[in-house]
Amino acid sequence: MTKRKFGLGLSLMLAAGTMLAACGSDEDTSTDSSTGGEGEGTEESSDIAVAMVTDVGGVDDKSFNQSAWEGLQKFGEDNGLEKGDGGFDYLQSQSDADYNTNLNNLIRRDFDVVFGIGFLMEGAVAEIAEQQPDAQIAIIDAVVEADNVASVLFKEQEGAFLAGVAAALMSETGKVGFVGGMEIPVIERFEAGFLAGVEAANPDVEVDVQYTGAFDKAELGKTTANRMYQGGADIIFHAAGGTGNGVFTEAKERKEADADANVWVIGVDSDQYDEGQVGDANITLTSVLKRVDNAVYNISEQAMNGEFPGGETVVYGLADDGIGLADSRGAIPEDIMSQIEEFKQQIVDGDVTVPETVE
Amino acid sequence: MSNRATNILVPLVSVILGLLVGAVIMLVSGYNPVVGYTALWNGIFGDLYTIGETLRQITPYLLAGLAVAFAFRSGLFNIGVEGQLIVGWFAAAYVGVAVELPKIIHLPLAILAAAVAGALWGFVPGLLKAKFRVHEVIVTIMMNYIALHVTNALIKTVSDGGDRTEKIFTSASLRSEFFQNLTEFSRLHYGILLALIMVGVMWLILEKTTLGYELKAVGFNQNASEYAGMNVNKNIILAMVISGAFAGLAGAMEALGTFEYVSSKGGFTGIGFDGIAVALLGMNTPLGVIFGATLFGSLKYGALNMPNEAGIPLEIVEIVIAVIIFFVASGYIIRLLLLRAANKKKEAK
Repeated sequence: MTKRKFGLGLSLMLAAGTMLAACGSDEDTSTDSSTGGEGEGTEESSDIAVAMVTDVGGVDDKSFNQSAWEGLQKFGEDNGLEKGDGGFDYLQSQSDADYNTNLNNLIRRDFDVVFGIGFLMEGAVAEIAEQQPDAQIAIIDAVVEADNVASVLFKEQEGAFLAGVAAALMSETGKVGFVGGMEIPVIERFEAGFLAGVEAANPDVEVDVQYTGAFDKAELGKTTANRMYQGGADIIFHAAGGTGNGVFTEAKERKEADADANVWVIGVDSDQYDEGQVGDANITLTSVLKRVDNAVYNISEQAMNGEFPGGETVVYGLADDGIGLADSRGAIPEDIMSQIEEFKQQIVDGDVTVPETVE
Repeated sequence: MSNRATNILVPLVSVILGLLVGAVIMLVSGYNPVVGYTALWNGIFGDLYTIGETLRQITPYLLAGLAVAFAFRSGLFNIGVEGQLIVGWFAAAYVGVAVELPKIIHLPLAILAAAVAGALWGFVPGLLKAKFRVHEVIVTIMMNYIALHVTNALIKTVSDGGDRTEKIFTSASLRSEFFQNLTEFSRLHYGILLALIMVGVMWLILEKTTLGYELKAVGFNQNASEYAGMNVNKNIILAMVISGAFAGLAGAMEALGTFEYVSSKGGFTGIGFDGIAVALLGMNTPLGVIFGATLFGSLKYGALNMPNEAGIPLEIVEIVIAVIIFFVASGYIIRLLLLRAANKKKEAK
C-alpha cells in the first residue's frame, strides 16, 4: 500500500513537472482574444482572411512565432480586418500531433491563407495540402512541394554572419558563445554564419558552441549561459527561441549583481532589446532580425491580390530586408558599425558568400 | 444505497463536479463556460472528422495505459513507458523506411520491431531490479532520457543529418483508406483495433494463464510467492518486458499511424507519463484502461477546439481539463461522501 501511495505521489510530481514545463513564460497571451468570433461581418472592407498555426512555442515566444503573429496583426490592421473568423487569427499547438488538426480547423473556418510557422510543420502541411487541394497554405522555414503551398526560407546565415562580426569586434575577452536550440538545418545556418562572421572579423576569437536540444527550456538556456560566462565568454549569440530567454536571464542577473560586468547577449528573430533591460542598463548588444513578419505580410498581400505564390519557394535574405541586424541603440560604437556595414554591403553585392553549413 | 448504484454514481458525480469547477474557472477569467464546453463537445464529437481524430488520440493512450497497468499489477512502477514508447516509435519508423516488403510481412515486422525495442528498454530496468534490487523507478526515469537522446542521434544518422526520417512505405502503414473516407480524412488508423486486441491480450494473460497468476502473486507479496516456489526474479523481468512491449506498441501507433515518420524531439511526448494517470484512473484493470484512455484522449483532443471555436486561451483550457481529470481521479473522496450521506439517511430513519 505504501508503495502505491509513493507511486501516486511520484506520478503527480511528474505530471506537475510536465505541466509546469509547458507553462514557460506567459505574460500577455490574452491581450485581445476575448473578441474571438464576435467580430464576424462587422467590418468587411477587404475580402481576405488569413490565419496561422504556431508550433509549440506560442505567439508570445518573443521570437519566431511572435514575429509571424505581429506580421499578421499588422496586415489585419492595414486592411481593416478583425481578429476572428473572416479576419485574422492564430491557433497554438501543444504537441506535434496537433499540427494537422489546427491546420485543418483553420481551413475549415474558410481562411484564405493558412500559415504553418516553423519547419516542424513540414509533414503536416504536406499531408493537409494533399487532402485540401483548394486551400492555400504557406510554410515558413521548410519546403513543401505542392501546387497550393508557398514555401518561405530565410538566409539566416547572412544575419548571423553580421552578428559574428559584431561579436568578434566587441569581445574584450577574446571568447564568445553560441547557444543553439535543436540541431536542425535552420539553427545550423545561424551557427555557420556566426562562425564565419567571427572568423572573418578576427580569427583569434574563440567560439564556444553549445546546443541545448530544445526551444522551450529557459532553464537549460540559463545554465548553458552560466557555463559560458564562467568560462570567459563575454558575448553570447542565441538561436534557441524560448530557451534563449534563459540566456537573457543569466546575463541580466550578472549585470544586476555587478553593474560593471561585461556581459552581452545577441538576440534572434525579433528585436530583443526589451528583453535585455536591467534598470538603466541593457545587455542586448543587437539582434539578428528574421523578418518572418514581413514574409507573412507579403504573402498575405499577394494572396489578397490573387497572386498567392503557390508551388514556389521564396527566399529572403539581407538584400531584400528579410534578414538584418537590429538597432544596437549605441551599444556598438560607430567605427565598428561601419565595419559591419562594409561586410553587409559585400554580402548584398555577392562579394562574400556566407556558408550554410559548418565545415 | 446498493453497491452498483454507487459504482455508477461516483464517476458521474465526479465528472459533473469537475465540469462545474472548470466552469467557475472560465467564468472568473472572463469566458463563457457554455460556449467553452460546447466547443469542447464539438471538438470531441462535433463531426465525423473530430470523432476519427479523437479515436486516433485515444489509441496510444490505451497502450501506454496498459503498459503502466501491467507493470503495476506485478508490483512494479514503470515510469519508463515514455522512453519505451520513443524507442518503439523509432524502431517501427526505421523498419518502415529501411526496407520495402509486401504489406503482409512489412506491417507486422514494423509492429514487432516496436514491441521488441520497447521490451528491450523494459528489460534493462527489470534485470537490474531482479539481480541487484536497483529501484525500477530510478532506472526507468533515466532510461527515458537515454531513449530521447539516443533516438535523436539515430534519427540524425538515418536521415543524413536531417531532423526526421522519410515517410514510411505504405506497405508498413497502419493508415486506412476506409477509415479516412469514413471520417473525412482524419488520421484514424487500424491501430485502434490493435490496441483493443491488446486490451484483451492483457486480460487473458492476467486472468487466464499461470504466468498472469504468478505475476499478480509477485505483485501482492514477493516473499509469499517465493515461498510458494515461484521464481520472483524471472517474473519481475517478464513483467517489465511485457510492459515495455505494450509501450513500444504505443510508439508504433505514432510511427505507423499518426505521423508515418519519426522526427527528433526537443522533449518528451507526454503520452507515457499520461499513461500513468490512465492506468491509475482505470484502477490498473484492462477495462479500466479503456475508460481512462477514452477520457484522457477525448479531453486532450477536444481541448484543441476550445481556443479555435470559443477563443479561450490555451492556458485556461489546460487548467479546466486538469481540473476535470483531477475530480475523476479523486472519486474515492466522493464515494466516501456518498456513503456518509447514505448512512445519515439510515440513522434518520
